[in-house]
Amino acid sequence: MSLLLETTPEMIKSERIYSQMGLSDQEFAKVEEILGRLPNYTETGLFSVMWSEHCSYKNSKPVLKKFPVTGEKVLQGPGEGAGIVDIGDNQAVVFKIESHNHPSAIEPYQGAATGVGGIIRDVFSMGARPIALLNSLRFGELTNSRVKYLFKEVVAGIAGYGNCIGIPTVGGEIQFDPSYEGNPLVNAMCVGLINHEDIKKGQAHGAGNTVMYVGAKTGRDGIHGATFASEELSEASEEKRPAVQVGDPFMEKLLLEACLELIQSDALVGIQDMGAAGLASSSAEMASKAGSGIEMNLDFIPQRETGMTAYEMMLSESQERMLIVVKQGREQEIVDLFSKYGLEAVSVGKVTDDKNLTLYHDGELVAKVPADALAEEAPVYYKPSREPLYFQEFQQMENKSYRLHDYNATLKQLLSQPTISSKEWVYDQYDYMVQTNTVVVPGSDAAVIRIRDTNKALAMTTDCNSRYLYLDPETGGKIAVAEAARNIVCSGGEPLAITDCLNFGNPEKPEIFWQIEKAADGMSEACRVLSTPVIGGNVSLYNETNGVAVYPTPVVGMVGLIEDINHVTTQTFKNAGDLIYVVGETNIEFAGSELQKMIEGRIFGKAPSLDLEVEKTRQAQVLAAIKNGLIASAHDVAEGGLAVAIAESLFGTEDFGAEVKVTGDEAAALFSETQSRFLVSVNPEHRGAFEEMAVDATLIGKVTNSRVLTVVNEKNDQLVHADVSELYEAWKGAIPCLLK
Amino acid sequence: MKFAVIVFPGSNCDSDMYHAIKDELGEEAEFVWHTEDSLDGYDGILLPGGFSYGDYLRSGAIARFSNVTSEVIKAAEAGKPVLGVCNGFQVLLEAGLLPGAMRRNKDLKFICRPANLKVENNETMFTNAYEQGEVISVPIAHGEGNYYCDEKTLEELKQNNQIVFSYHGENPNGSLEDIAGITNKSGNVLGMMPHPERAVDSLLGSADGLKLFQSIVKSWRGSHVVTA
Repeated sequence: MSLLLETTPEMIKSERIYSQMGLSDQEFAKVEEILGRLPNYTETGLFSVMWSEHCSYKNSKPVLKKFPVTGEKVLQGPGEGAGIVDIGDNQAVVFKIESHNHPSAIEPYQGAATGVGGIIRDVFSMGARPIALLNSLRFGELTNSRVKYLFKEVVAGIAGYGNCIGIPTVGGEIQFDPSYEGNPLVNAMCVGLINHEDIKKGQAHGAGNTVMYVGAKTGRDGIHGATFASEELSEASEEKRPAVQVGDPFMEKLLLEACLELIQSDALVGIQDMGAAGLASSSAEMASKAGSGIEMNLDFIPQRETGMTAYEMMLSESQERMLIVVKQGREQEIVDLFSKYGLEAVSVGKVTDDKNLTLYHDGELVAKVPADALAEEAPVYYKPSREPLYFQEFQQMENKSYRLHDYNATLKQLLSQPTISSKEWVYDQYDYMVQTNTVVVPGSDAAVIRIRDTNKALAMTTDCNSRYLYLDPETGGKIAVAEAARNIVCSGGEPLAITDCLNFGNPEKPEIFWQIEKAADGMSEACRVLSTPVIGGNVSLYNETNGVAVYPTPVVGMVGLIEDINHVTTQTFKNAGDLIYVVGETNIEFAGSELQKMIEGRIFGKAPSLDLEVEKTRQAQVLAAIKNGLIASAHDVAEGGLAVAIAESLFGTEDFGAEVKVTGDEAAALFSETQSRFLVSVNPEHRGAFEEMAVDATLIGKVTNSRVLTVVNEKNDQLVHADVSELYEAWKGAIPCLLK
Repeated sequence: MKFAVIVFPGSNCDSDMYHAIKDELGEEAEFVWHTEDSLDGYDGILLPGGFSYGDYLRSGAIARFSNVTSEVIKAAEAGKPVLGVCNGFQVLLEAGLLPGAMRRNKDLKFICRPANLKVENNETMFTNAYEQGEVISVPIAHGEGNYYCDEKTLEELKQNNQIVFSYHGENPNGSLEDIAGITNKSGNVLGMMPHPERAVDSLLGSADGLKLFQSIVKSWRGSHVVTA
């Protein structure tokens, strides 16, 4: 027995102990009102994690309502472990993205690893086999030694988990910017494949059915992780290191295989991952979603430490655990199934019809609270919103071009900016081929995974240029969705839907909340116009260090369907003699561009404009041309502009070069980041058909057999004349060089 | 020909191996869980890649004590073809079926990329469909593929033509003498770090690994009368 005196409900109230757990005075009063009495220590803990922003979305709910979440192919929208979209032939794709920013800031290897582990569980808890992992990462500048450490360890953590469990890490994106120096962003996405009849939900139906705990034992790691994720980082955050969980990918591999076998059993009623807020959230949510209650005896919870209290067990975020509900009387089958994998499956309670979460420990009732109160009745806050002063200032700035003296040098320098340069150092560490379905490997616009035994494939990508969002969150939000869709289209896919991970600063600051609202407005509009509903995601707020927020970073994870494997297209030029086109016009738009940041050391001005109808039309043109076999290569024109896009299309080739002629403002033609543009190459024999189909395309040059990139202006003055191998070395060597 | 694909807890290339045999090679394959204690009825034994037992302690170190590993040893002694890929190679080393040991890659990082291999010996039951000296592209994906053995062992490997594959061009992991794959003395056990089962379909970049499996079948057919 513990010698510590039990903290009484009266002490919790009079000493405001609830506030240390993250509940406000008003929230505590609401708990008291719901229960009609004072909550005890365990109950206060349950409310504090379940009502944290991380679990309840209490600050972001009003914003999330803006997103379109339905569509004719959507089989499961937000609210379950992951969203699901129909892809025909009785199959569906399951996917979700989630953040693990705060844990990664203080313990980067485990923080990133368990981020991957958590998102994988979200996908297989739906009954799907995970087929791919992606990520989206943000760090400070690689010149800082702490940032280098965070970067190396985060990549190692992602690799360590994904490689071991045997799910290919096929794509992602990384940006470097000072705003992320103390608060890196680590977002992990998982994509799974499922047959319609195998879809499972996290619901505890049927009073009398048995609640079972499967997987790893519960320890004291990660207690209050969800609350920690809902605070700003500060010097004191180091003390929260114990709130970071430790991952065991081997355990998860066993759990994955056991759960996928379990899915086939008709004894299974419901299944849910024990993620954030562990046993507390899984049990309360499963009961609440089914309109039932759950009663558990915590004495039966497998524990790897002695003397754990009810509070600790309920709030622990130990990894690789699942809560399942099985039909009464079928428990032994489940025990046998899991024992094949050396895993525990233990009956810990039952489903009730009283709608309460009821917990016993050491023979005593330790908690009895309405499940709905925990899962659904968190207060919702409508935060004040205020346009920051800088916004109008930026809006009034004129778009100006740059006078550059040496385009060769500028191009080379742009290619060696870490955000643009090759990420091979990163993906070389990820097993991107395991499962032997990866058709397009990391480094192209989107990764492509074939679907075995069909002629179809899935294209997938993550995207967000937070610089545009900082300048103008609404336009930046539109661009994030549009660019993701452009990447999917360039790969030959039809965009299906998105998952998003909304990474922002402290929503209690009106300027931050304004960013959240505006970004959501922009994203929602883009999702509506491009017919890509939001099927799930995650919100990560309080991404601030010592009061300074990260750039608004709503990462978009998008999946598209490639109807015919022959439509798969990559960015690399294919044949000398092919014609090079740019689809879309170029304007002078340098605000938030890589060039502006490189020259000025900061970003300012009006974000590149975006017309969603134009975007939609061009995407349709390019996709139609791909499907008709008219396009040899396709690449989204993004960071660094057209010159960078051309160089990137040459890097995958052995010995090609290009001759290009541009018109108008020279710097803009080469480096402006005007949106809705594609760089494509076309076999000359398809010229007529292509130009007819892609009416917005302009012929700018051709692929050549000499390893030189030449760009001239209207007067045939040479702007760029560069050895492609030299450009390649600058691009490829930048990150390894910075890490030395 | 009927292959056993051995599955340890933590194996993760077992399905890839299975599909390579069934879909691309067109032969029979079955998964064999690590608790099984007989491999009778199988003509070839395949140990796939992955992280058996989490690779805790040391890669392959725990798998060697698994039930099925003693059956793998028996099958090897009986002259059946035994192929260990990546983690499977590490298991074969730990089980003593092949000489030498693995160290972490020279850069201390996991590496995943296509690698060029040179066929050093095309007179084995695993390589008879290749040309001697042929350069093939087969992917690697490992953190501990830096093969090492003592000088005496190396001398023996060379004398008996047991070095079957070496890295051509870049040596990605720092292995001794660029070694990528070796056989045992009698030539029926092959361990290799590169993944031939990932190189059986040109859609995924290379089909150069298919000939390895075809070699096994060819050699087996040569010594067995096939009955309908």
